Amino acid sequence: MTLNLVDIINQVLEWASGLVGLRYAALPELVRTASGMLIACAGLLGYVAVLAIFFIWAERRVAGRIQSRQGPNRVGPQGILQSLADGIKLLIKEDIIPDTAHPLLFRLAPMLVFMGAFAPFVVLPFSENLVVSNMSLGVYYALSFAALEVIGVIMAGWASNNKWSLYGGMRLAAQMMSYEIPIGLSILTIVVLTGSLNLSHIVSDQQGAWIFRWNIFRGFPWAFFAMFIFYIAGLASSKRTPFDLPEAESELVAGYHTEYSGIRFVMFMLSEYTTMYVISALTAILFLGGWHGPLPRTVAWDGQIYWQAGPVAGNLIGAANVIGKTFFLMFVMLWFRWTFPRVRIDQIIYVCMKMLVPFGIVTLVGAAAWALIP
Amino acid sequence: MPEALKTDEILVNMGPQHPSTHGVLRVLLKTDGEWVREIYPYIGYLHRCKEKIGENVTYVQFTPYTDRLDYLAAMNNNVGWVIAVERLAGIEVPPRATWLRVLAAELNRIASHLLSFGTFGMETGAFTPFFYGFREREGILSVFEKMCGARLTYHYARIGGVMRDLTAEIAAETRTFLDDMEHRWVEYNALLSDNEIFVRRSANVGIISPDRAIAYGLTGPSLRGSGIAHDIRRAEPYACYDQLDFRVCIGRGLRGTIGDSWDRYWVRMLEILESVKICRQVLDGLPEGPYRAKVPRDLKVPANEIYFRSEAPRGELAFYLISDGTNKPWRCRIRGPSFCNLSIVSEIIRNCLVADVVVIIGSIDVVMGEVDR
Repeated sequence: MTLNLVDIINQVLEWASGLVGLRYAALPELVRTASGMLIACAGLLGYVAVLAIFFIWAERRVAGRIQSRQGPNRVGPQGILQSLADGIKLLIKEDIIPDTAHPLLFRLAPMLVFMGAFAPFVVLPFSENLVVSNMSLGVYYALSFAALEVIGVIMAGWASNNKWSLYGGMRLAAQMMSYEIPIGLSILTIVVLTGSLNLSHIVSDQQGAWIFRWNIFRGFPWAFFAMFIFYIAGLASSKRTPFDLPEAESELVAGYHTEYSGIRFVMFMLSEYTTMYVISALTAILFLGGWHGPLPRTVAWDGQIYWQAGPVAGNLIGAANVIGKTFFLMFVMLWFRWTFPRVRIDQIIYVCMKMLVPFGIVTLVGAAAWALIP
Repeated sequence: MPEALKTDEILVNMGPQHPSTHGVLRVLLKTDGEWVREIYPYIGYLHRCKEKIGENVTYVQFTPYTDRLDYLAAMNNNVGWVIAVERLAGIEVPPRATWLRVLAAELNRIASHLLSFGTFGMETGAFTPFFYGFREREGILSVFEKMCGARLTYHYARIGGVMRDLTAEIAAETRTFLDDMEHRWVEYNALLSDNEIFVRRSANVGIISPDRAIAYGLTGPSLRGSGIAHDIRRAEPYACYDQLDFRVCIGRGLRGTIGDSWDRYWVRMLEILESVKICRQVLDGLPEGPYRAKVPRDLKVPANEIYFRSEAPRGELAFYLISDGTNKPWRCRIRGPSFCNLSIVSEIIRNCLVADVVVIIGSIDVVMGEVDR
């Protein structure tokens, strides 16, 4: 069993407690695990918050470039503090809840949405050891929590007591029915190829031969097509253009978050970027080799090893690989948003049910046949 | 069906404050889930008594008021009004002024169609075309600013001529813009017109059959989108249009059925190119001479009446004037093309999806300033 993030944090805590003359290891096992997990999750939460702030800025800058204008460039160097300023502004805004809204569900919905978006981070491996929980049902866990987000959105749409919000929520319900199946099928393709539901195992399996052991190359053509199916269906699940029907501003004003403002709106915003990150990271992990990748950890020539990364450097290079791939895939999502129009509700159901599902079945069956051939 | 599962139609108010109702149009939708069964448009939120004002100010004074009819095509409105008054009063206009008016009107047509391109893209969910359209429109606004000093309510045509002569600098800037526009037009098609998602959103949506288009009195690109080659600039040439070479663009159902939203959009795109062509011809063949005739400051018009129609970007803009020998018209009636074009929406938006409603309203391209007057 390899070390994970919780073990690393506990080791650090033990060393730190030794410095002040206390014995951390004397605490019960349960307390140690829980505190390690809490610290790890708090760290991830900070990462997600910084990430969202960065990507909201990046989105606006990218949009500016695509639309031949500047984008925010006044607050901080290159305007990088713009979304921080916006966030502070939103935080200090008056908390408005419509009189006719359901008070409990209206408050609960953004939390549920963010929880659904954030929970998959627990199993996303940044590197061999940089993962909070190395659970064997990692893929399954990530998918089930991603589906929780939908309930939050429908709740927001219903509780707002606004017809446009209701439309937004109902649209996501219809959309979810159609994109969940292709996501499941494309992930199953990888599970069949790898024989594991553990995300760390799936990545370890792609080690070697520079980039040609990555699942998209190893499982060619099945995994290659499965990646596109996963990414397209993932776009739909993160409610991004061209599948941003639940919040289609030209049709539904602002969709399910029409009535939200201030901190609750921030939660929705945060969860949108978090979902984008989760989908991109899952694509990188399942198909694009995870922490293995273009940045090498061993410099070797003619059978002679000149430099090999130690555990610390190796983990950092691995994390850089995962984050680099994820950021590239997120950039593609931004690029899509500022290029494509939006599809209609019947078209998204058509694309998912009649195009992605049959192709997903083909890739799954193909990969299964591949696995049978020795 | 058990009582708990009973479904119901809901009424939704779209507008007057809605991102895609082009100003202050209010549409009441009767929806069954995502399906829109019926719509009822409500207008009048931008009513400013234009016609009554026209009867209470002099002919000369009313000219700037016409800027605010279709505020995206102020030049075309000016031209329509001044030609109507000139014909009513029997004023002879120098040829140079006529040609300059055509230049301004056609540049304004391009600007208006660019805005329509942008907003139509926005309605299908694409943001970038909007900025591209505005970027090119900026070139026209810069020309207009030099022509007449304004950037929105341009006011260049005057009774008897135009405000100022065209300088060499403005002509050169216009030529640069026209060259740039043709180049950008190709880019627009790559970005939006030929985009598969866009085509699927707009083709076969909101089909107006040719006979329905005629029955509802549709004009402009909305009529030509249905395949009817009717253009006042050709049918009843005014100004110098009879001396210019241009094509009347019609919808051919390239991506779906004739008269669908994509056809109307495409007619506008083609008209941009035709207007570029007209502007070039005007710049090349501009006659020398005075740019304004002598018109008395207090223009008194003998008792007469006139119905003059001109081709504005959105269709047939007509002025019906009755004069009684004073300096104010006795009756000033304005036919706004958007008003007639809008009348068809409750017939074509029926049993379609909510997303189609904004696309169809966008494809008809109404400007509420002209609907309500």
